[in-house]
Amino acid sequence: MTTHVAADHAHSEGDHGHHELSFIQKYVFSTDHKVIGLQYFMTGVLMGVLGALASYVFRMQMAFPGHAVPGFGLVTPQIYNQMVTNHGTIMIFWFAMPVLIAAFGNYLIPLMIGCDDMVFPRLNRLSYQIFLFSALLLIASFFVPNGGFGGAWTSYPPLASNPIYNQTPYGAPMWLAAVALEFVAFLLGGINFITTLMNARAPGMKMYDIPMVVWMIVIASILFMASVGPLVAGAAMLFLDQTLGTGFFDPARGGDPLLWEHLFWFFGHPEVYVVLLPAMGIVAEVLTVFARKKLFAYRTVLWTAVATGVLSFFVWAHHQFVAGIDPRMANIFTVTTLLISVPITEMSFVYIGTLYGASIQLSTPMLFAIAFIVEFLIGGVTGIFLGASGADIYFHDTYFVLAHFHYTFVPIAVIAVFAGVYYWFPKMFGRYMNDTWGRVHFWGTAIPFNGIFLPLFYTGMAGDHRRTFNHLNFPDLARGDLNFLRELSTVSLLVMLAFQVIFFVNFFYSMFRGKKAPANPWNANTFEWVAASPPPHGNFVTLPHCYRGPYEYSVPGHSSDFWPQNEPAPKT
Amino acid sequence: MLNWIILEASSYAAQIDNVILIIALLGGFWLFAAEFVLFYFVAKYRRSRSPKALHITGYDHEHNKWIHWSHYAVIACDIVILVFAARAWYHVKQSVPEHVDEEIRIVGHQWAWEFVHPGPDGKLGTPDDIDLVDELHVIINKTYKFHLESADVLHSFSIPRFRLKQDAVPGREIDGWFTPTVAGTFDVPCSQMCGLGHGIMGGRIFVETEDEHRKWLDSATGKTAAIPGHSTGKLASTQGRN
Repeated sequence: MTTHVAADHAHSEGDHGHHELSFIQKYVFSTDHKVIGLQYFMTGVLMGVLGALASYVFRMQMAFPGHAVPGFGLVTPQIYNQMVTNHGTIMIFWFAMPVLIAAFGNYLIPLMIGCDDMVFPRLNRLSYQIFLFSALLLIASFFVPNGGFGGAWTSYPPLASNPIYNQTPYGAPMWLAAVALEFVAFLLGGINFITTLMNARAPGMKMYDIPMVVWMIVIASILFMASVGPLVAGAAMLFLDQTLGTGFFDPARGGDPLLWEHLFWFFGHPEVYVVLLPAMGIVAEVLTVFARKKLFAYRTVLWTAVATGVLSFFVWAHHQFVAGIDPRMANIFTVTTLLISVPITEMSFVYIGTLYGASIQLSTPMLFAIAFIVEFLIGGVTGIFLGASGADIYFHDTYFVLAHFHYTFVPIAVIAVFAGVYYWFPKMFGRYMNDTWGRVHFWGTAIPFNGIFLPLFYTGMAGDHRRTFNHLNFPDLARGDLNFLRELSTVSLLVMLAFQVIFFVNFFYSMFRGKKAPANPWNANTFEWVAASPPPHGNFVTLPHCYRGPYEYSVPGHSSDFWPQNEPAPKT
Repeated sequence: MLNWIILEASSYAAQIDNVILIIALLGGFWLFAAEFVLFYFVAKYRRSRSPKALHITGYDHEHNKWIHWSHYAVIACDIVILVFAARAWYHVKQSVPEHVDEEIRIVGHQWAWEFVHPGPDGKLGTPDDIDLVDELHVIINKTYKFHLESADVLHSFSIPRFRLKQDAVPGREIDGWFTPTVAGTFDVPCSQMCGLGHGIMGGRIFVETEDEHRKWLDSATGKTAAIPGHSTGKLASTQGRN
């Protein structure tokens, strides 16, 4: 398994760097994994900004119902539903997945396992092109007659399947087609990640020598491949229902809407771990480097990730406790859901254990990595309320659910991503990001984030339902304390969004004007730091050989507190 | 526990809130324990205080016992939670009380609730049924069995103050029950995305005393003379059991 297979040379037709590539060859039709990684990153972040702007619109409506939103205008129920639906869809499928899996996966996997490119560079390019097309298709769906789809990101039929009910005859199928295409893009990317890791590792790199982030992205890709098939089939059926009037999910014609719910959540729950695992991987890298400490129980982390992945296929119906499934099933799914708490708590404890006896430097990436653990613990614990059937009767579809999964997804897709960006930025662009502004950005993100979602736990407990256009229509919900909390949440969002401007200025300024960084600025062990910053086409001058695991920090008797994977042991 | 945030107004509200309380206590303990240890480590092992890190694999018993015993303890907590959650679930969703005072039919529409009351004769499906939009009238401390349907898309019948929630699925009739224990008027929102008007779809449930309910019944049927006797007879026969 450790034979080293160089990627096929499609990317430069045989000779690396012998001729200058034109701009179009280099940036538009590139097969270089780093360029594709950055393309995914930029597209994902741009979509993330769109998703964030959507949240601005609907949060303003929730805090100040009926008032025109500055810079946008009056929010109608149609616009509101459209914003809520596409915020969810974009943040999961066009922000979290491309950035966490495709961007970091593409950029890091070949560098961290010590090879020159992905095994299938052309497939990789196709993956990004399909992804880009799917993003454009989704954006286009806003501008068709009757506007974009507004039936929630779960897209439950018959609302989603019948234009008479959803009133978006063009928006709904376009939304669905965009999602299905995005799945195709990630299937292609995932196949590439798995094959590359299995076949193109540096000589000497054994299974337990692979950096955790690479493992996590590959395990996530396997989960994605195994879970998405049923949903793609379901999406095809739903598309036919929408466009040709078939009745797969229409009870009036022998179909069943619950079938879609099963297909959707059979994918939808593993999907949570598809984005969680890469985030855990990024945090593992950052944590070990800035703690100067070996990852606590590497094999435990790896196998708990696998266990979580396997268990995640048996929990999906906890999204459907009160959906009209056989109530006896709820007990089984409560058991499986609570079981998943075992590997996840184990993984969290192991990460905390890594900090025991460490030598911690609170740099900007480290602050984000620690914040990830702090916030994700809250998200994990509040999940138990929803996985326990009895409590879920009340909490289902309330703001408690919303607050819970934002306490998982924001740490995953925002906080862990920032940890990764601040950490790998010197590798990507050969320059540092400004650390002071990084810290300002950190506190301006972490504090308002809690300000947004802590109040929503409370409003959820008080009975606020999700996707409620105007709470003032419900006498029990038009309470002063709840209104105050809704406003607090919205104001916190505004603050958090404002602080992201600092990040973007820092990011683009540092890209061109930042302090120059050496090849290995953090004294890290993994292979990507062996390559020049930024790594040239082909990555390494000579492909590295692996001599040890990735986390050998502070080894007693070794001359320095890190020991790169490619450095041979001194002869004794 | 939730009573101070939102009233417990049905017979099973307190039981569900107890499940929530138990999870809050057990989960809260682990959350605070983990966060405490995490912040303690970050403070204690700062580079200024701890210039040289230890080299620990995490495989030897001395170190990994901290992970192991705590994860057995987590399993124990899971079992406790499971028992309480499943009991509440069984009581609310899997069993129907032996004695039911009245049956009602609920139909979700885009974007309103249709409530079919059995009317003075106390039986559903008879001509004296009272069919109202967004208005459900029940008597305090009586047990109601409901038949939930949907005329178009998925809806979800939710009464937060009863801790009750059940999706309505077109093509199916889903049964459930509740016993209101506090008089008053409460929201009945739809909690499943059902289209354009979802965010403003909401009925009201009127939990009334028997006298109030009889007055409402009189005004709703418009027949003030004969029917009340009917109605009183029905109500009187069930009184002893509550």
